[in-house]
Amino acid sequence: MQAMTSMVATPEPVSGTTSSAPRDRTLLLMLPSLAMLIFLFLVPLALFFVHTFMEFDGTTAEFIEQARDLLLSQAYLTALGTTNWISLIVTATVLLIGYPIAYYLTTAAGIGVSVVVLSIVLPYFTSIIVRTFSWMVLLGEHGLVNDVLLAMGLTKAPLSLMYNRLGVLIGMSYVLLPYMVLTLYAAMRSIDPLLLRAAAGLGAGGFYTFRRVYFPLSLPGVLSGALIVYILSIGFFITPALMGGQHDIMIAMLIDRALEVAVDWPSAALMSATLLLVTLALYAIYYRITDIRRLIGAR
Amino acid sequence: MHSWPACMLRLYVGLMCVWLLAPIVIVVILAFSGDGYLRFPPTSLSLQWFERFFGNLQWQRALLSSLIIGAIACIVSTTIGFFGAYAFLRTEFRGKKLLLSLMLTPVIVPSIITAIAMYYFAGRLGLIGDFLWLGLCHSVVAMPIVLLILLSALHAVDPNLERAALGLGASRVRVFWRIVMPIVLPGLLSAALFAFLASFDELLISLFLAGVHAQTLPVRIWNSLNLQVEPTIAAVSAFLIAVTTLILAAEAVLRPRLGQRRGRL
Repeated sequence: MQAMTSMVATPEPVSGTTSSAPRDRTLLLMLPSLAMLIFLFLVPLALFFVHTFMEFDGTTAEFIEQARDLLLSQAYLTALGTTNWISLIVTATVLLIGYPIAYYLTTAAGIGVSVVVLSIVLPYFTSIIVRTFSWMVLLGEHGLVNDVLLAMGLTKAPLSLMYNRLGVLIGMSYVLLPYMVLTLYAAMRSIDPLLLRAAAGLGAGGFYTFRRVYFPLSLPGVLSGALIVYILSIGFFITPALMGGQHDIMIAMLIDRALEVAVDWPSAALMSATLLLVTLALYAIYYRITDIRRLIGAR
Repeated sequence: MHSWPACMLRLYVGLMCVWLLAPIVIVVILAFSGDGYLRFPPTSLSLQWFERFFGNLQWQRALLSSLIIGAIACIVSTTIGFFGAYAFLRTEFRGKKLLLSLMLTPVIVPSIITAIAMYYFAGRLGLIGDFLWLGLCHSVVAMPIVLLILLSALHAVDPNLERAALGLGASRVRVFWRIVMPIVLPGLLSAALFAFLASFDELLISLFLAGVHAQTLPVRIWNSLNLQVEPTIAAVSAFLIAVTTLILAAEAVLRPRLGQRRGRL
């Protein structure tokens, strides 16, 4: 603060005319970022959809028929079900695991908080591929988890913890937990601790206070945390692709396969369009209920 | 104070911290394994996997690509994002919040869709495998992070300071360099670090756009993982974790200097 005041205290000679630069000139500074967003993000997206659909050889009726066939195909419907099911379970899991952690963060102080913050932030900023690889090593047939289970006599033979639904759920929950904790934490921090003390002073027990005061007040955070995790889940690719089995094809993987295996641009574009629409619709809800600046658990 | 629900909570949170950190710690330990395959705990320690990583020409190339592309993304997104964040905070217009939400969409749109769309675009322009282009595409994804960090950092700059300096006759440029810059510099550095990290860790866009020439470390990990899980990946992972840790540590050092503290995470 002192540095700032001293800087202001050594002025240039006053020129008399106050140069109040027009506001729209400041607004010009936004042009580069807008240009980048438009030309490197929105235009590629638009071209991908528009071109792919325009280059379809056939009449509109044929196109609609093909689109209907694709969107009603067994593969697509199964992937749709799988995607939503996995996303729901992951969201619920991450919420249940994350809520007490966020609660702890808002109530505790000192070294405990630093340890928890480190445990959340380090995985959060570690590459997804690295985190997925770690779990692949841990959950493998001869991985640490199976070794421990065998040594403790909890199981006779190694369990298959990976290349199936369970592996996807573990991997995705691990990757997405930080988003939930950071979102919940941001919301819980704004709960006035005086309210809890008031409840206690009026004779409410700890659990009663939590159930009737704290939990209802934390619900907006729960909602935005659940939304952001669900939004990210339905578009997930890396973790399910590496840790899933044959029955765990999510939409994003189906899109990738349409391109990599079949080089079928129209199908890829159509599935992408549906996924994008759902994502944006959920994002619109998120936008309504949350301070957008808290996205990705920003400080 | 230490009622049993509180103790249970601490126990639970402690266990969860172990769960969160264990995979990362175990990979780092495995990277130093002296065994011929991935097994925890390792029976002996060695640097053999790091030797394979740093001694292999392909991994070296991947590391170099990652660094170059990360540097491009970092410089571009931080510079552009800084101007954007500044303009954002200093102007009022209708639909401001909506515009911000639009600028944040790159982190919301599923990366597979972004990657395919960028691949399609780059293919048309003949820019697949182009370092600069890949760096620019990474900037798009890094930009939301930069914007959010800088919006918060610039918040610490009292507009009255700028007005005072302007009133005292300083030019716009001078105000910018003498008033705004010193206050937001830590935030700017922190944004740059996270922008670099975002690019350094990015997989899907690189996977589609890298071609043969610009394969980054995550892309090579991905390719190896799809073939077989080889221990060199543990060393590469440990390296990426080390970079993340260093950047987080640097940010933790910078943070207390970030203007008025808002005491958040």
